[in-house]
Amino acid sequence: MKFLCVDCDRQMVFEERQVPADGTLTVAFRCPMCRRTIAMLTNPTETQLVESLGVKLGGRPPLLEPMELIRSQMAGGRQDAFADEASAARAPRWDEAARHRLDRVPSFVRATVSRVYDDYAAERGIGLITPDVMDRARRDLGLEGM
Amino acid sequence: MAWTREHHHAAPDRLRGRWPLLPRGCLQNGNPVMKRIRNYSELTGEDRSCLADQVAAQRRQVTERLAAVRHLVAVMSGKGGVGKSFLTASVATAMAEAGGAVGVLDADLHGPTSSRMLGAARAPLKVGPGGVEPATGARGVRVMSTDLLLPDCAPLRWREAAAMPYVWRGALEAGALREFLSDVAWGPLDVLLVDLPPGTEQLAALAEFVPSLRGVMVVTIPSDASLRAVERALTLAREAGTPILGIVENMAGYACASCGVVTPLFIGGAAARLAAVSGAPVLGSIPFDPAAQCATDNGRPLDAGPATAAVSRLAAALLTRMEAS
Repeated sequence: MKFLCVDCDRQMVFEERQVPADGTLTVAFRCPMCRRTIAMLTNPTETQLVESLGVKLGGRPPLLEPMELIRSQMAGGRQDAFADEASAARAPRWDEAARHRLDRVPSFVRATVSRVYDDYAAERGIGLITPDVMDRARRDLGLEGM
Repeated sequence: MAWTREHHHAAPDRLRGRWPLLPRGCLQNGNPVMKRIRNYSELTGEDRSCLADQVAAQRRQVTERLAAVRHLVAVMSGKGGVGKSFLTASVATAMAEAGGAVGVLDADLHGPTSSRMLGAARAPLKVGPGGVEPATGARGVRVMSTDLLLPDCAPLRWREAAAMPYVWRGALEAGALREFLSDVAWGPLDVLLVDLPPGTEQLAALAEFVPSLRGVMVVTIPSDASLRAVERALTLAREAGTPILGIVENMAGYACASCGVVTPLFIGGAAARLAAVSGAPVLGSIPFDPAAQCATDNGRPLDAGPATAAVSRLAAALLTRMEAS
């Protein structure tokens, strides 16, 4: 899909993609001439449609995790199915309150949202994910208000 | 009168936005002129999402991954319980025993048995820059199966919405098959056998992902019930242009554990009739041998016996057929 700034008759350029912690998706585009920004918002059902095809709005990142679809969409898989996940001892843990908050995210995007917080914590050496860590992640990643 | 920004904000909702904000002077007969909006094809900038390109890239990844696989063969039947998985595992092992590099992709996502039948360990799968290393079973057969990813006896479930799960399931399972093809480091193989679930849905997806699919080996048992179910699947495969490499009649008789004499188990001649309909040869006729069934169920290689000998002949016939086609 492409976005056109009708006023300027210029194609808008991709700005960023955000994954709020509620199962929706936000993809922002900006007009290179008038700088107006618009955001395309997908609801959880639409987000799931895209995820189930194994594609991403705004383009795929250059480096993909092998079996990304299976690993993110399979429910109840073995924790130690993959050797890199067997290093889960180094991965951030979740406290009960944070886990409870995550459980409110629609089930079909919960794994994706969970990884956003896992990656945020892992990058900062945070060993335990709490609601406070989740709030900081939302603030730092620009997910506030979602 | 020119339609200005002030007019736009003062206009009723039903009119607002119908005329884009135009520079002053864009009038025709005193009315603002509707500006033509360029369409998708007229925008020459990059489509960063371009979902079609992403899907095409996925397909290319499958092709690149399988470039070192000499023959990719699907094992299918229109009917469940005919022994597809037993034959896939035992033919793979027989080919490996004969010196071939063989892989098995278990496409029966909901009823996976291949990894256990091949005796593959359920150790964590190594993930490297080249993809996911498959598990290794008897005689070095490489195998990938959802059985390796799930707890023991756990069903396959997807993280899907409680409402309309049927909308996503097909896409997710096709995606899983695609990732088994494209993200597993199969390496150079002489043969990659794909054990399909009963029916033809996964064959259609496989044929789409792998245009170089060598063909299908169709499994039946002698009964008329199997004949009817399998003939339907054969028809669909032929209509899709998938080559039929041959028919295999499994459980062709019962091999006595004591004396080895084979007596009829089912009444019927399904394999011969399917061969006549399809023009494909009967590649083999495999008796039911309880010892062979027990060995395969427990992931052990087959001991010498009537079924083992028949499987070896089948493996050789299949290889000959693949080389000739």
